[in-house]
Amino acid sequence: MRPGGGGTRMDIQETNLPGVGLRHDFTTRAGRQLGVVTHRTGRRDLLVYDRDDPDACQEVVQLTEEEADALAELLGAARLVEHLAALTQRIEGLAIDWLPIRGTSPYAGKAIADTQARSRTGVSIVAIVRGDGAIPAPAPDARLEPGDTLVVVGTARGVKELAKLLGS
Amino acid sequence: MHGAAVLLELGGVILGLGVLGRLAGRFGLSAIPLYLLAGLAFGEGGLLPLVTAQEFIEVGAEVGVILLLLLLGLEYSAAELVGSLRSALPAGLVDLGLNFLPGLVAGLLLGWSPLAAVVLGGVTYVTSSGIVAKVLGDLGRIGNRETPVVLSVVVVEDLAMAAYLPLVTGLLVGGGLLAGAVPVGIALATVALVLLVAVRYGETLSRLVFTPNDEVLLLVILGLTLVVAGMAQRLQVSAAVGAFLVGIALSGQAAEAAHSLLTPLRDLFAAVFFVFFGLQTDPRSIPPVALAAAALAVVTAATKVATGWWAARRAGVGPRGRWRAGTILVAHGEFSIVIAGLAVAAGREPALGPLATAYVLILAVLGPVLARASEPLRVALARPFTALGGRRSARPPADAWRPREP
Repeated sequence: MRPGGGGTRMDIQETNLPGVGLRHDFTTRAGRQLGVVTHRTGRRDLLVYDRDDPDACQEVVQLTEEEADALAELLGAARLVEHLAALTQRIEGLAIDWLPIRGTSPYAGKAIADTQARSRTGVSIVAIVRGDGAIPAPAPDARLEPGDTLVVVGTARGVKELAKLLGS
Repeated sequence: MHGAAVLLELGGVILGLGVLGRLAGRFGLSAIPLYLLAGLAFGEGGLLPLVTAQEFIEVGAEVGVILLLLLLGLEYSAAELVGSLRSALPAGLVDLGLNFLPGLVAGLLLGWSPLAAVVLGGVTYVTSSGIVAKVLGDLGRIGNRETPVVLSVVVVEDLAMAAYLPLVTGLLVGGGLLAGAVPVGIALATVALVLLVAVRYGETLSRLVFTPNDEVLLLVILGLTLVVAGMAQRLQVSAAVGAFLVGIALSGQAAEAAHSLLTPLRDLFAAVFFVFFGLQTDPRSIPPVALAAAALAVVTAATKVATGWWAARRAGVGPRGRWRAGTILVAHGEFSIVIAGLAVAAGREPALGPLATAYVLILAVLGPVLARASEPLRVALARPFTALGGRRSARPPADAWRPREP
Protein backbone atom coordinates (compact mmCIF):
# COMPACT_ATOMS: atom_id res chain seq x y z
CA MET A 1 0.00 0.00 0.00
CA ARG A 2 1.20 3.49 -0.88
CA PRO A 3 1.02 6.14 1.75
CA GLY A 4 -1.85 8.57 1.07
CA GLY A 5 -0.67 12.10 0.31
CA GLY A 6 2.69 11.41 1.92
CA GLY A 7 5.65 10.83 -0.31
CA THR A 8 9.09 9.78 0.79
CA ARG A 9 10.14 10.27 4.39
CA MET A 10 12.02 13.49 5.09
CA ASP A 11 15.58 13.44 6.29
CA ILE A 12 16.10 16.07 8.93
CA GLN A 13 19.73 16.57 9.80
CA GLU A 14 20.80 17.70 13.23
CA THR A 15 24.12 19.50 13.67
CA ASN A 16 25.67 20.63 16.91
CA LEU A 17 26.99 24.21 16.92
CA PRO A 18 29.32 24.36 19.92
CA GLY A 19 28.73 27.48 21.96
CA VAL A 20 25.71 28.49 19.86
CA GLY A 21 23.09 25.76 19.92
CA LEU A 22 21.63 23.30 17.42
CA ARG A 23 20.90 23.42 13.73
CA HIS A 24 18.27 21.33 11.95
CA ASP A 25 17.94 21.33 8.18
CA PHE A 26 16.27 19.44 5.37
CA THR A 27 15.68 19.61 1.64
CA THR A 28 12.17 20.19 0.35
CA ARG A 29 10.80 18.12 -2.52
CA ALA A 30 11.20 21.16 -4.76
CA GLY A 31 14.90 21.13 -3.97
CA ARG A 32 15.09 24.10 -1.62
CA GLN A 33 17.01 23.74 1.59
CA LEU A 34 15.51 24.99 4.81
CA GLY A 35 16.85 25.01 8.32
CA VAL A 36 16.38 26.28 11.84
CA VAL A 37 19.07 27.28 14.32
CA THR A 38 17.98 26.93 17.92
CA HIS A 39 20.13 29.21 20.05
CA ARG A 40 20.79 28.44 23.69
CA THR A 41 19.02 31.65 24.58
CA GLY A 42 15.80 30.41 22.97
CA ARG A 43 16.17 32.58 19.88
CA ARG A 44 15.42 30.78 16.61
CA ASP A 45 16.88 31.57 13.20
CA LEU A 46 14.86 30.45 10.22
CA LEU A 47 17.26 29.68 7.38
CA VAL A 48 16.62 29.61 3.68
CA TYR A 49 19.66 28.33 1.84
CA ASP A 50 20.96 29.83 -1.37
CA ARG A 51 20.08 28.07 -4.62
CA ASP A 52 23.47 28.74 -6.20
CA ASP A 53 25.58 28.17 -3.12
CA PRO A 54 23.94 25.47 -0.98
CA ASP A 55 26.39 26.08 1.85
CA ALA A 56 25.30 29.67 2.43
CA CYS A 57 22.05 31.19 3.62
CA GLN A 58 20.19 33.44 1.27
CA GLU A 59 17.86 34.57 4.01
CA VAL A 60 18.14 34.39 7.80
CA VAL A 61 15.06 35.40 9.77
CA GLN A 62 15.55 35.89 13.49
CA LEU A 63 12.57 34.80 15.57
CA THR A 64 11.95 35.28 19.27
CA GLU A 65 10.53 32.32 21.18
CA GLU A 66 7.03 33.78 20.85
CA GLU A 67 7.32 34.37 17.13
CA ALA A 68 8.69 30.87 16.60
CA ASP A 69 5.70 29.46 18.47
CA ALA A 70 3.29 31.48 16.35
CA LEU A 71 4.93 30.30 13.13
CA ALA A 72 4.93 26.69 14.32
CA GLU A 73 1.24 26.95 15.08
CA LEU A 74 0.46 28.40 11.67
CA LEU A 75 2.35 25.63 9.94
CA GLY A 76 1.50 22.88 12.36
CA ALA A 77 -2.22 23.00 13.22
CA ALA A 78 -3.59 22.30 9.76
CA ARG A 79 -0.85 19.78 9.11
CA LEU A 80 -1.81 17.73 12.16
CA VAL A 81 -5.33 17.09 10.84
CA GLU A 82 -4.01 16.16 7.39
CA HIS A 83 -1.48 13.94 9.03
CA LEU A 84 -4.14 12.00 10.94
CA ALA A 85 -6.19 11.65 7.77
CA ALA A 86 -3.18 10.27 5.94
CA LEU A 87 -2.64 7.79 8.76
CA THR A 88 -5.90 6.06 7.72
CA GLN A 89 -4.16 4.28 4.94
CA ARG A 90 -0.65 4.36 6.24
CA ILE A 91 -0.75 1.44 8.64
CA GLU A 92 -1.45 -1.76 6.79
CA GLY A 93 -4.61 -3.50 7.97
CA LEU A 94 -5.65 -0.57 10.14
CA ALA A 95 -8.08 2.11 9.10
CA ILE A 96 -8.94 5.24 11.00
CA ASP A 97 -11.92 7.21 9.82
CA TRP A 98 -14.31 9.97 10.71
CA LEU A 99 -17.97 8.97 10.36
CA PRO A 100 -20.68 11.65 10.61
CA ILE A 101 -24.00 10.89 12.40
CA ARG A 102 -26.73 12.43 10.23
CA GLY A 103 -30.22 13.22 11.44
CA THR A 104 -31.46 10.39 9.22
CA SER A 105 -29.17 7.83 10.83
CA PRO A 106 -31.02 4.94 12.53
CA TYR A 107 -28.75 5.39 15.54
CA ALA A 108 -29.17 9.15 16.04
CA GLY A 109 -30.24 9.60 19.65
CA LYS A 110 -29.30 6.00 20.56
CA ALA A 111 -26.43 4.75 22.75
CA ILE A 112 -23.14 3.43 21.33
CA ALA A 113 -24.00 -0.01 22.76
CA ASP A 114 -27.11 -0.13 20.55
CA THR A 115 -24.99 -0.02 17.37
CA GLN A 116 -23.22 -3.25 18.42
CA ALA A 117 -20.42 -1.89 16.27
CA ARG A 118 -17.68 -4.01 17.85
CA SER A 119 -19.44 -7.35 17.53
CA ARG A 120 -20.96 -6.72 14.10
CA THR A 121 -18.01 -5.07 12.31
CA GLY A 122 -15.00 -5.42 14.66
CA VAL A 123 -14.61 -1.62 14.61
CA SER A 124 -13.98 0.42 17.79
CA ILE A 125 -15.40 3.87 18.33
CA VAL A 126 -12.49 5.69 19.96
CA ALA A 127 -13.94 9.18 20.23
CA ILE A 128 -16.98 11.31 19.59
CA VAL A 129 -16.30 14.77 18.14
CA ARG A 130 -19.11 17.10 19.15
CA GLY A 131 -18.97 20.79 18.25
CA ASP A 132 -15.55 22.15 19.22
CA GLY A 133 -14.94 19.45 21.81
CA ALA A 134 -14.37 15.72 21.81
CA ILE A 135 -15.26 12.82 24.05
CA PRO A 136 -12.31 10.45 23.98
CA ALA A 137 -12.96 6.77 24.81
CA PRO A 138 -16.73 7.17 25.16
CA ALA A 139 -18.61 4.76 27.47
CA PRO A 140 -20.99 2.23 25.82
CA ASP A 141 -24.02 4.16 27.11
CA ALA A 142 -22.86 7.45 25.52
CA ARG A 143 -25.58 8.89 23.27
CA LEU A 144 -24.97 9.64 19.61
CA GLU A 145 -26.45 12.93 18.52
CA PRO A 146 -27.13 14.20 15.03
CA GLY A 147 -24.16 16.29 13.93
CA ASP A 148 -21.63 14.19 15.90
CA THR A 149 -18.60 12.74 14.18
CA LEU A 150 -17.31 9.36 15.34
CA VAL A 151 -13.60 8.58 15.20
CA VAL A 152 -13.40 4.86 14.47
CA VAL A 153 -10.57 2.36 14.18
CA GLY A 154 -10.78 -1.05 12.57
CA THR A 155 -10.15 -2.89 9.32
CA ALA A 156 -10.92 -1.04 6.12
CA ARG A 157 -13.78 -3.43 5.44
CA GLY A 158 -15.21 -3.14 8.95
CA VAL A 159 -15.17 0.64 8.73
CA LYS A 160 -17.05 0.50 5.44
CA GLU A 161 -19.69 -1.79 6.96
CA LEU A 162 -20.10 0.43 9.98
CA ALA A 163 -20.50 3.48 7.76
CA LYS A 164 -23.35 1.67 5.97
CA LEU A 165 -24.97 0.68 9.30
CA LEU A 166 -24.82 4.21 10.62
CA GLY A 167 -26.20 5.57 7.40
CA SER A 168 -23.32 7.99 7.00
CA MET B 1 42.98 65.29 45.73
CA HIS B 2 44.50 61.95 44.81
CA GLY B 3 41.02 60.40 44.65
CA ALA B 4 39.83 63.02 42.22
CA ALA B 5 42.85 62.49 39.97
CA VAL B 6 42.27 58.73 39.82
CA LEU B 7 38.61 59.21 38.98
CA LEU B 8 39.41 61.72 36.26
CA GLU B 9 42.03 59.53 34.64
CA LEU B 10 40.00 56.35 34.88
CA GLY B 11 36.85 58.06 33.65
CA GLY B 12 38.76 59.59 30.78
CA VAL B 13 40.20 56.22 29.78
CA ILE B 14 36.88 54.38 29.93
CA LEU B 15 35.02 57.17 28.14
CA GLY B 16 37.72 57.17 25.47
CA LEU B 17 37.33 53.40 25.06
CA GLY B 18 33.59 53.85 24.70
CA VAL B 19 34.09 56.35 21.89
CA LEU B 20 36.61 54.05 20.20
CA GLY B 21 34.27 51.06 20.54
CA ARG B 22 31.53 53.05 18.87
CA LEU B 23 33.87 54.03 16.06
CA ALA B 24 34.87 50.40 15.51
CA GLY B 25 31.23 49.33 15.50
CA ARG B 26 30.44 51.86 12.80
CA PHE B 27 32.96 50.23 10.46
CA GLY B 28 32.03 46.70 11.49
CA LEU B 29 35.46 46.13 13.00
CA SER B 30 36.64 44.61 16.24
CA ALA B 31 37.33 47.17 18.93
CA ILE B 32 40.37 45.25 20.18
CA PRO B 33 42.96 46.98 17.95
CA LEU B 34 41.63 50.39 18.95
CA TYR B 35 41.86 49.48 22.65
CA LEU B 36 45.45 48.40 22.10
CA LEU B 37 46.23 51.67 20.34
CA ALA B 38 44.64 53.54 23.25
CA GLY B 39 46.90 51.61 25.60
CA LEU B 40 49.94 52.59 23.54
CA ALA B 41 48.88 56.23 23.70
CA PHE B 42 48.40 56.18 27.47
CA GLY B 43 51.63 54.34 28.25
CA GLU B 44 55.19 55.39 28.74
CA GLY B 45 56.42 57.20 25.69
CA GLY B 46 52.87 57.60 24.44
CA LEU B 47 50.82 60.72 23.82
CA LEU B 48 49.01 60.97 27.18
CA PRO B 49 50.87 58.95 29.82
CA LEU B 50 48.72 57.95 32.78
CA VAL B 51 50.03 58.76 36.22
CA THR B 52 47.62 57.67 38.92
CA ALA B 53 45.25 55.08 37.48
CA GLN B 54 47.99 52.56 36.65
CA GLU B 55 47.42 50.47 39.76
CA PHE B 56 43.72 50.03 39.16
CA ILE B 57 44.30 49.20 35.52
CA GLU B 58 46.88 46.57 36.44
CA VAL B 59 44.48 44.70 38.75
CA GLY B 60 41.61 45.30 36.35
CA ALA B 61 43.63 43.71 33.57
CA GLU B 62 44.11 40.54 35.59
CA VAL B 63 40.40 40.38 36.30
CA GLY B 64 39.83 40.97 32.59
CA VAL B 65 41.83 37.91 31.58
CA ILE B 66 40.02 35.81 34.17
CA LEU B 67 36.60 36.96 32.95
CA LEU B 68 37.54 36.41 29.29
CA LEU B 69 38.39 32.80 30.02
CA LEU B 70 35.47 32.26 32.41
CA LEU B 71 32.96 33.41 29.80
CA LEU B 72 34.70 31.29 27.18
CA GLY B 73 34.28 28.27 29.45
CA LEU B 74 30.65 29.12 30.06
CA GLU B 75 29.98 28.91 26.31
CA TYR B 76 30.60 25.18 26.36
CA SER B 77 29.60 22.30 28.55
CA ALA B 78 32.21 19.68 29.36
CA ALA B 79 30.29 17.02 27.45
CA GLU B 80 30.11 19.27 24.38
CA LEU B 81 33.86 19.86 24.47
CA VAL B 82 34.69 16.19 24.73
CA GLY B 83 32.11 15.36 22.06
CA SER B 84 33.34 17.86 19.49
CA LEU B 85 36.96 17.05 20.25
CA ARG B 86 36.49 13.59 18.84
CA SER B 87 35.03 14.74 15.52
CA ALA B 88 37.15 17.85 15.11
CA LEU B 89 40.52 16.42 16.06
CA PRO B 90 41.96 16.07 12.52
CA ALA B 91 41.07 19.68 11.68
CA GLY B 92 42.41 20.75 15.06
CA LEU B 93 45.73 19.05 14.45
CA VAL B 94 46.10 20.62 11.00
CA ASP B 95 45.27 23.97 12.57
CA LEU B 96 47.92 23.45 15.24
CA GLY B 97 50.57 22.35 12.75
CA LEU B 98 49.93 25.07 10.18
CA ASN B 99 49.58 27.97 12.57
CA PHE B 100 51.74 27.18 15.57
CA LEU B 101 54.84 26.46 13.50
CA PRO B 102 55.08 29.86 11.73
CA GLY B 103 55.24 31.64 15.08
CA LEU B 104 57.69 29.13 16.52
CA VAL B 105 59.98 29.35 13.49
CA ALA B 106 59.75 33.15 13.38
CA GLY B 107 60.75 33.32 17.05
CA LEU B 108 63.76 31.10 16.47
CA LEU B 109 64.75 33.06 13.33
CA LEU B 110 64.65 36.26 15.37
CA GLY B 111 67.18 34.65 17.71
CA TRP B 112 64.82 34.36 20.66
CA SER B 113 64.99 31.70 23.36
CA PRO B 114 63.06 28.50 22.52
CA LEU B 115 60.55 29.35 25.24
CA ALA B 116 59.82 32.80 23.78
CA ALA B 117 59.44 31.15 20.38
CA VAL B 118 56.90 28.70 21.85
CA VAL B 119 54.97 31.68 23.21
CA LEU B 120 55.01 33.33 19.77
CA GLY B 121 53.76 30.06 18.31
CA GLY B 122 50.81 30.27 20.70
CA VAL B 123 50.17 33.86 19.63
CA THR B 124 49.95 32.88 15.95
CA TYR B 125 48.01 29.67 16.71
CA VAL B 126 44.84 30.96 18.35
CA THR B 127 42.08 32.49 16.29
CA SER B 128 40.02 35.04 18.17
CA SER B 129 36.81 33.23 19.07
CA GLY B 130 35.30 36.58 20.09
CA ILE B 131 35.86 38.12 16.66
CA VAL B 132 34.74 34.91 14.90
CA ALA B 133 31.47 34.84 16.85
CA LYS B 134 30.83 38.51 16.13
CA VAL B 135 31.57 38.25 12.40
CA LEU B 136 29.43 35.10 12.07
CA GLY B 137 26.54 36.93 13.67
CA ASP B 138 27.06 40.19 11.75
CA LEU B 139 27.24 38.48 8.37
CA GLY B 140 24.32 36.11 9.09
CA ARG B 141 26.46 33.03 8.66
CA ILE B 142 25.48 31.09 11.77
CA GLY B 143 23.30 28.73 9.73
CA ASN B 144 25.87 28.21 6.98
CA ARG B 145 27.18 24.73 6.37
CA GLU B 146 30.81 25.68 6.91
CA THR B 147 30.04 27.21 10.29
CA PRO B 148 30.14 23.98 12.34
CA VAL B 149 33.60 23.42 10.87
CA VAL B 150 34.75 26.88 11.92
CA LEU B 151 33.27 26.50 15.38
CA SER B 152 34.84 23.12 15.96
CA VAL B 153 38.29 24.40 14.96
CA VAL B 154 37.83 27.22 17.46
CA VAL B 155 36.64 24.81 20.16
CA VAL B 156 39.68 22.59 19.77
CA GLU B 157 41.88 25.68 20.05
CA ASP B 158 40.13 26.70 23.23
CA LEU B 159 40.61 23.25 24.67
CA ALA B 160 44.25 23.27 23.58
CA MET B 161 44.63 26.52 25.52
CA ALA B 162 43.68 24.65 28.69
CA ALA B 163 46.80 22.55 28.21
CA TYR B 164 48.98 25.20 26.62
CA LEU B 165 48.55 28.00 29.16
CA PRO B 166 49.62 25.91 32.18
CA LEU B 167 52.46 24.52 30.09
CA VAL B 168 53.79 27.96 29.25
CA THR B 169 53.16 29.30 32.74
CA GLY B 170 55.04 26.38 34.22
CA LEU B 171 57.93 26.78 31.81
CA LEU B 172 58.15 30.52 32.42
CA VAL B 173 58.31 29.93 36.16
CA GLY B 174 60.56 26.90 35.99
CA GLY B 175 62.98 28.82 33.80
CA GLY B 176 63.80 26.20 31.22
CA LEU B 177 62.59 23.08 29.55
CA LEU B 178 64.14 20.66 32.05
CA ALA B 179 63.68 22.61 35.26
CA GLY B 180 60.13 23.36 34.22
CA ALA B 181 59.15 19.73 33.78
CA VAL B 182 57.91 19.26 37.36
CA PRO B 183 55.63 22.31 37.59
CA VAL B 184 54.35 21.57 34.10
CA GLY B 185 53.53 18.01 35.10
CA ILE B 186 51.68 19.24 38.18
CA ALA B 187 49.83 21.81 36.09
CA LEU B 188 48.69 19.37 33.42
CA ALA B 189 47.65 16.76 36.00
CA THR B 190 45.57 19.43 37.77
CA VAL B 191 43.87 20.45 34.54
CA ALA B 192 43.07 16.85 33.64
CA LEU B 193 41.71 16.19 37.13
CA VAL B 194 39.51 19.29 37.11
CA LEU B 195 38.20 18.47 33.62
CA LEU B 196 37.30 14.98 34.80
CA VAL B 197 35.54 16.33 37.86
CA ALA B 198 33.76 18.87 35.66
CA VAL B 199 32.42 16.16 33.36
CA ARG B 200 31.29 14.07 36.33
CA TYR B 201 30.02 16.56 38.87
CA GLY B 202 29.42 19.70 36.82
CA GLU B 203 25.68 19.41 37.22
CA THR B 204 25.82 19.00 40.98
CA LEU B 205 28.14 21.98 41.27
CA SER B 206 25.86 24.07 39.07
CA ARG B 207 22.86 23.19 41.20
CA LEU B 208 24.73 24.09 44.39
CA VAL B 209 25.85 27.43 42.99
CA PHE B 210 22.57 28.47 41.40
CA THR B 211 20.25 30.91 43.13
CA PRO B 212 17.44 32.78 41.44
CA ASN B 213 18.70 36.01 42.99
CA ASP B 214 20.84 37.78 40.36
CA GLU B 215 22.84 39.81 42.85
CA VAL B 216 23.77 36.80 44.97
CA LEU B 217 24.54 34.68 41.91
CA LEU B 218 26.84 37.36 40.50
CA LEU B 219 28.79 37.61 43.75
CA VAL B 220 28.98 33.84 44.25
CA ILE B 221 30.20 33.06 40.75
CA LEU B 222 32.62 35.98 40.51
CA GLY B 223 34.00 35.17 43.97
CA LEU B 224 34.29 31.46 43.23
CA THR B 225 36.08 32.16 39.96
CA LEU B 226 38.56 34.58 41.50
CA VAL B 227 39.33 32.14 44.33
CA VAL B 228 39.86 29.23 41.92
CA ALA B 229 41.94 31.46 39.63
CA GLY B 230 44.07 32.53 42.57
CA MET B 231 44.55 28.93 43.66
CA ALA B 232 45.45 27.96 40.10
CA GLN B 233 48.02 30.77 40.02
CA ARG B 234 49.51 29.47 43.28
CA LEU B 235 49.82 26.02 41.72
CA GLN B 236 51.36 27.69 38.66
CA VAL B 237 48.55 26.44 36.43
CA SER B 238 47.78 30.04 35.38
CA ALA B 239 44.83 31.94 36.74
CA ALA B 240 43.23 32.07 33.29
CA VAL B 241 42.98 28.30 33.05
CA GLY B 242 41.46 28.10 36.54
CA ALA B 243 38.75 30.49 35.38
CA PHE B 244 38.23 28.55 32.16
CA LEU B 245 37.72 25.34 34.10
CA VAL B 246 35.17 27.00 36.40
CA GLY B 247 33.31 28.05 33.26
CA ILE B 248 33.37 24.53 31.88
CA ALA B 249 32.21 23.00 35.15
CA LEU B 250 29.19 25.29 35.38
CA SER B 251 26.33 24.25 33.16
CA GLY B 252 22.60 24.56 32.69
CA GLN B 253 20.69 27.32 34.47
CA ALA B 254 23.67 28.57 36.45
CA ALA B 255 25.79 28.90 33.31
CA GLU B 256 23.09 30.75 31.38
CA ALA B 257 22.36 33.18 34.17
CA ALA B 258 26.07 33.73 34.83
CA HIS B 259 26.66 34.35 31.15
CA SER B 260 24.21 37.20 30.93
CA LEU B 261 25.22 38.64 34.32
CA LEU B 262 28.96 38.59 33.68
CA THR B 263 29.05 39.66 30.03
CA PRO B 264 28.98 43.40 30.80
CA LEU B 265 31.65 42.96 33.46
CA ARG B 266 33.77 40.99 31.01
CA ASP B 267 33.42 43.72 28.40
CA LEU B 268 34.60 46.36 30.86
CA PHE B 269 37.54 44.47 32.29
CA ALA B 270 38.63 42.95 28.99
CA ALA B 271 38.83 46.47 27.56
CA VAL B 272 40.95 47.43 30.57
CA PHE B 273 43.14 44.40 29.88
CA PHE B 274 43.80 45.40 26.28
CA VAL B 275 44.65 48.93 27.41
CA PHE B 276 46.98 47.54 30.04
CA PHE B 277 48.76 45.40 27.47
CA GLY B 278 49.17 48.47 25.27
CA LEU B 279 50.39 50.42 28.30
CA GLN B 280 53.20 47.97 28.89
CA THR B 281 54.40 48.41 25.35
CA ASP B 282 56.49 51.44 24.50
CA PRO B 283 55.23 52.72 21.13
CA ARG B 284 58.83 53.46 20.14
CA SER B 285 59.63 49.75 20.33
CA ILE B 286 57.12 48.86 17.63
CA PRO B 287 58.69 50.22 14.41
CA PRO B 288 61.77 47.94 14.69
CA VAL B 289 59.53 44.83 14.79
CA ALA B 290 56.80 46.09 12.47
CA LEU B 291 58.21 44.39 9.39
CA ALA B 292 58.56 41.03 11.15
CA ALA B 293 55.02 41.37 12.49
CA ALA B 294 53.64 42.18 9.05
CA ALA B 295 55.45 39.25 7.43
CA LEU B 296 54.22 36.91 10.17
CA ALA B 297 50.69 38.27 9.75
CA VAL B 298 50.75 37.61 6.00
CA VAL B 299 52.11 34.07 6.44
CA THR B 300 49.66 33.10 9.17
CA ALA B 301 46.72 34.70 7.36
CA ALA B 302 47.56 32.35 4.48
CA THR B 303 47.96 29.32 6.76
CA LYS B 304 44.69 30.07 8.56
CA VAL B 305 42.88 30.34 5.22
CA ALA B 306 44.45 27.02 4.22
CA THR B 307 43.32 25.45 7.52
CA GLY B 308 39.72 26.56 7.13
CA TRP B 309 39.69 25.67 3.43
CA TRP B 310 40.97 22.16 4.11
CA ALA B 311 38.67 21.53 7.08
CA ALA B 312 35.62 22.74 5.15
CA ARG B 313 36.49 20.64 2.11
CA ARG B 314 36.84 17.63 4.36
CA ALA B 315 33.33 18.30 5.63
CA GLY B 316 32.00 18.34 2.07
CA VAL B 317 31.53 22.09 1.78
CA GLY B 318 31.70 23.73 -1.66
CA PRO B 319 34.45 26.11 -2.88
CA ARG B 320 32.77 29.31 -1.76
CA GLY B 321 32.10 27.96 1.70
CA ARG B 322 35.71 26.79 1.96
CA TRP B 323 36.94 30.33 1.40
CA ARG B 324 34.44 31.69 3.90
CA ALA B 325 35.66 29.18 6.50
CA GLY B 326 39.29 30.02 5.75
CA THR B 327 39.03 33.79 5.84
CA ILE B 328 36.97 33.95 9.03
CA LEU B 329 39.71 32.10 10.93
CA VAL B 330 42.30 34.79 10.13
CA ALA B 331 41.25 37.09 12.98
CA HIS B 332 43.56 37.06 15.99
CA GLY B 333 42.71 38.98 19.11
CA GLU B 334 42.11 38.54 22.80
CA PHE B 335 43.76 35.16 23.33
CA SER B 336 46.89 36.01 21.38
CA ILE B 337 47.26 38.95 23.75
CA VAL B 338 46.54 36.75 26.78
CA ILE B 339 49.34 34.40 25.74
CA ALA B 340 51.78 37.20 24.99
CA GLY B 341 50.79 38.82 28.29
CA LEU B 342 52.08 35.79 30.22
CA ALA B 343 55.55 36.16 28.76
CA VAL B 344 55.53 39.94 29.14
CA ALA B 345 54.55 39.59 32.81
CA ALA B 346 57.42 37.16 33.32
CA GLY B 347 59.79 39.69 31.78
CA ARG B 348 61.01 37.45 28.95
CA GLU B 349 62.07 38.59 25.51
CA PRO B 350 61.51 42.38 25.39
CA ALA B 351 60.60 42.28 21.69
CA LEU B 352 57.73 39.84 22.23
CA GLY B 353 55.27 42.42 23.59
CA PRO B 354 55.70 44.93 20.74
CA LEU B 355 55.70 42.17 18.10
CA ALA B 356 52.52 40.61 19.47
CA THR B 357 50.89 44.04 19.69
CA ALA B 358 51.70 44.85 16.07
CA TYR B 359 50.68 41.37 14.93
CA VAL B 360 47.29 41.50 16.64
CA LEU B 361 46.76 45.08 15.45
CA ILE B 362 47.14 43.84 11.88
CA LEU B 363 45.12 40.63 12.10
CA ALA B 364 42.30 41.90 14.29
CA VAL B 365 41.63 44.48 11.54
CA LEU B 366 42.44 42.28 8.56
CA GLY B 367 40.44 39.25 9.81
CA PRO B 368 36.92 40.73 9.63
CA VAL B 369 37.81 42.54 6.39
CA LEU B 370 38.96 39.32 4.71
CA ALA B 371 35.92 37.46 6.03
CA ARG B 372 33.68 40.00 4.31
CA ALA B 373 35.73 39.86 1.11
CA SER B 374 35.97 36.07 0.93
CA GLU B 375 34.07 35.83 -2.35
CA PRO B 376 36.06 38.39 -4.39
CA LEU B 377 39.18 36.92 -2.84
CA ARG B 378 38.24 33.44 -3.99
CA VAL B 379 37.60 34.66 -7.51
CA ALA B 380 40.84 36.63 -7.60
CA LEU B 381 42.98 33.82 -6.23
CA ALA B 382 41.24 30.91 -7.90
CA ARG B 383 41.89 32.27 -11.39
CA PRO B 384 45.70 31.93 -11.42
CA PHE B 385 45.37 28.47 -9.83
CA THR B 386 43.03 27.17 -12.50
CA ALA B 387 45.16 28.82 -15.19
CA LEU B 388 48.23 27.01 -13.87
CA GLY B 389 46.69 23.69 -13.08
CA GLY B 390 43.75 23.26 -15.37
CA ARG B 391 43.75 22.88 -19.11
CA ARG B 392 43.60 26.05 -21.11
CA SER B 393 40.17 26.85 -22.31
CA ALA B 394 39.69 27.47 -26.01
CA ARG B 395 38.11 30.80 -25.18
CA PRO B 396 40.61 33.63 -24.57
CA PRO B 397 40.32 35.14 -21.09
CA ALA B 398 37.94 38.06 -21.05
CA ASP B 399 40.34 40.66 -19.74
CA ALA B 400 38.71 44.04 -19.70
CA TRP B 401 41.93 45.96 -20.08
CA ARG B 402 43.10 44.20 -23.19
CA PRO B 403 41.96 45.92 -26.38
CA ARG B 404 39.92 43.72 -28.65
CA GLU B 405 41.64 42.68 -31.82
CA PRO B 406 39.84 43.80 -34.91
